[in-house]
Amino acid sequence: MYQYDDYDRALVFERVAQFRDQVERFMAGELSEEEFLPLRLQNGLYMQKHVYMLRVAIPYGTLSAEQMRTLASIARDYDRGYGHFTTRQNMQFNWIELHEVPDILERLAQVNMHAIQTSGNCVRNITTEAFAGVAADELIDPRPLAEILRQWSTINPEFLFLPRKFKIAICSAKQDRAAIMMHDIGLYLYPGRDGQMLLRVIVGGGLGRTPILGLQIRDGLPWQHLLSYVEAVLRVYNRHGRRDNKYKARIKILVKALGIEAFAKEVEEEWQHLKDGPAQLTEDEFQRVASAFVPPSYRTLAGTDLDFGTHLADNPAFARWVARNVQPHKVPGYTSVVLSTKPGLASPPGDVTDAQMQAVADWSERFGFGEIRIAHEQNIVLPDVPKSELYALWQLAKEHGLGAANVGLLTDIIACPGGDFCALANAKSIPIAQAIQARFDNLDYLHDLGDISLNISGCMNACGHHHIGNIGILGVDKNGSEWYQITLGGAQGKNSALGKVIGPSFSAAEVPQVIERIIGTFVRYREAEELFVDTVARIGLEPFKERVYPKALEASV
Amino acid sequence: MNNLLRMEASGARIVRDDPWTLIRSPETEPSAGMLILPLAHWLESPSTHAVWLGPDDGVESLLPWLSSLPLIALDFPSFRDGRAYSQAYLLRSRFGWKGELRAIGDVLRDQLSHMRQCGFDSFAVREDKSAEDALKGLAGMSVLYGRSVIEPRPLFRRR
Repeated sequence: MYQYDDYDRALVFERVAQFRDQVERFMAGELSEEEFLPLRLQNGLYMQKHVYMLRVAIPYGTLSAEQMRTLASIARDYDRGYGHFTTRQNMQFNWIELHEVPDILERLAQVNMHAIQTSGNCVRNITTEAFAGVAADELIDPRPLAEILRQWSTINPEFLFLPRKFKIAICSAKQDRAAIMMHDIGLYLYPGRDGQMLLRVIVGGGLGRTPILGLQIRDGLPWQHLLSYVEAVLRVYNRHGRRDNKYKARIKILVKALGIEAFAKEVEEEWQHLKDGPAQLTEDEFQRVASAFVPPSYRTLAGTDLDFGTHLADNPAFARWVARNVQPHKVPGYTSVVLSTKPGLASPPGDVTDAQMQAVADWSERFGFGEIRIAHEQNIVLPDVPKSELYALWQLAKEHGLGAANVGLLTDIIACPGGDFCALANAKSIPIAQAIQARFDNLDYLHDLGDISLNISGCMNACGHHHIGNIGILGVDKNGSEWYQITLGGAQGKNSALGKVIGPSFSAAEVPQVIERIIGTFVRYREAEELFVDTVARIGLEPFKERVYPKALEASV
Repeated sequence: MNNLLRMEASGARIVRDDPWTLIRSPETEPSAGMLILPLAHWLESPSTHAVWLGPDDGVESLLPWLSSLPLIALDFPSFRDGRAYSQAYLLRSRFGWKGELRAIGDVLRDQLSHMRQCGFDSFAVREDKSAEDALKGLAGMSVLYGRSVIEPRPLFRRR
């Protein structure tokens, strides 16, 4: 993991002092609500329905056991005993008092954490995939460049008041698990013929009310040019992005208006002034940062473990969990474990209690090297677990409500906090997620259905990434009541696709039955072990529509 | 202009005797003395007056005049409109403007350090705010990871 040095520490502590002063001035009436707004947003503080929400940055989803324990202590001391992991790998605390925020930030700073730029019209938390550094299909570890980007974008004075928020993701695995096509800038890192690190630069992707997949503006960019190239993109965007309408202010709208060729030309012209200048990354800097990400001291383990094999054979529930929640690792004998935060009715997707955080921190030390990842699917990953320890970990995870064997299944629902918390939401998300989870509570059936992603957003800002769910559910407001529009065929990863709307929206009560009918249609048309998303692609939307809309739906019981 | 801060060799100070008058709309305002005129108006008859640019104005249009202009001001119609930061960067780093670069409009304490980093060296603090108080905002943080006009080398070249 990256370790803070004196510069990094000075920055986060000075930032806490600065914000403490701003909060005091706001509370004393010296700063107006309007003046305070962007200051608090750039320190992660939103006003929600009831109180403030604080979004803490978890850079590229990586945190230490100590940092996780600090999050637990904040949940316990300043919130209601839980936190919520977001689709951008951050943690949100939903019940925060403004006057306590500086103390919370100070507690975070003590463990090298912050909430800087987790909101506001600036460059947000840099994200990558949860299995960076350990995934069997990884080409190059993307974390050093992610950390370099994090530093470069943090309080970069020219780019703090962009037309709109700006999200950058970087990925370097065969499967794109960082959704780089859905970001303002998506970076794909890969080795060139001579082994040099190269970048493919994608711009203008995004969800929200105008979902668009990003377009490539450059390929084969040597890594040394990462910062100067991103600077060029940001300067073009800062100068020319629309500011008259917040719904048309993302870079994707500018790219669309200019056309990708004209946009690329602007960027290229700007970059000609910057390339080979002081922003060019040095080998020294790369090595300095990369040295923090050297692999831990893995033991030499046998590829197979006898006890593990016995447990697999004897215990079908364990075998099922291993099949769904355990990922291959690049080191023999090791695995990466996904702890599902989607147990169903027991708690909403992404919500984790202080006791669970504490337990996860302990497990990360007992079974791994004290490192924890947050996946953009809102689950927790322990990246380095020996096969021989899986059984023990599984039993503990079950005991703590983190043992659901449903990763990638229909009930591994991605959901935003929705109308229960969020002031922007048109509709609630959590009760919909839980009603679907309750309807599909037969694990054998779920496993037979195979991979199906179901994503729920409470409004078209799309924090729940509904467009890229195989099944997407979007909360919409119709004359003051909550309705849900359903899309099919969305996908993330290498074959990213945006889902298509199947027809008129449904009431909350109808949704579980609609999902049941969609699944029923899939089962009827599915060939062999075909994936849901492939069936949708093969047969189109019609068979689903016929089944869902033939007659008025009976109200669900 | 009143309520003005300026960076000088000895540090930042409040300027009480600034000779410039900001002219927002030349048609309706009296025009005598040393004026800061809107770009379009100034370009009609380039003069010894100073010029101010709105965020929609291209800084490139000043290129022929940079050697003779006495002062350039960039307007923040709202402090949330960040275009003037990039305009300042271009004027300073690309076009080599060495003269006074003044921030006008919605100029507030909590953005002054960013403006300073981007090359502004005078700040017409919004009239209803205290210039003394705003002085505290100029310093900002001691650490800059990236680079800026006044510190063109990123931290990784300064370690």
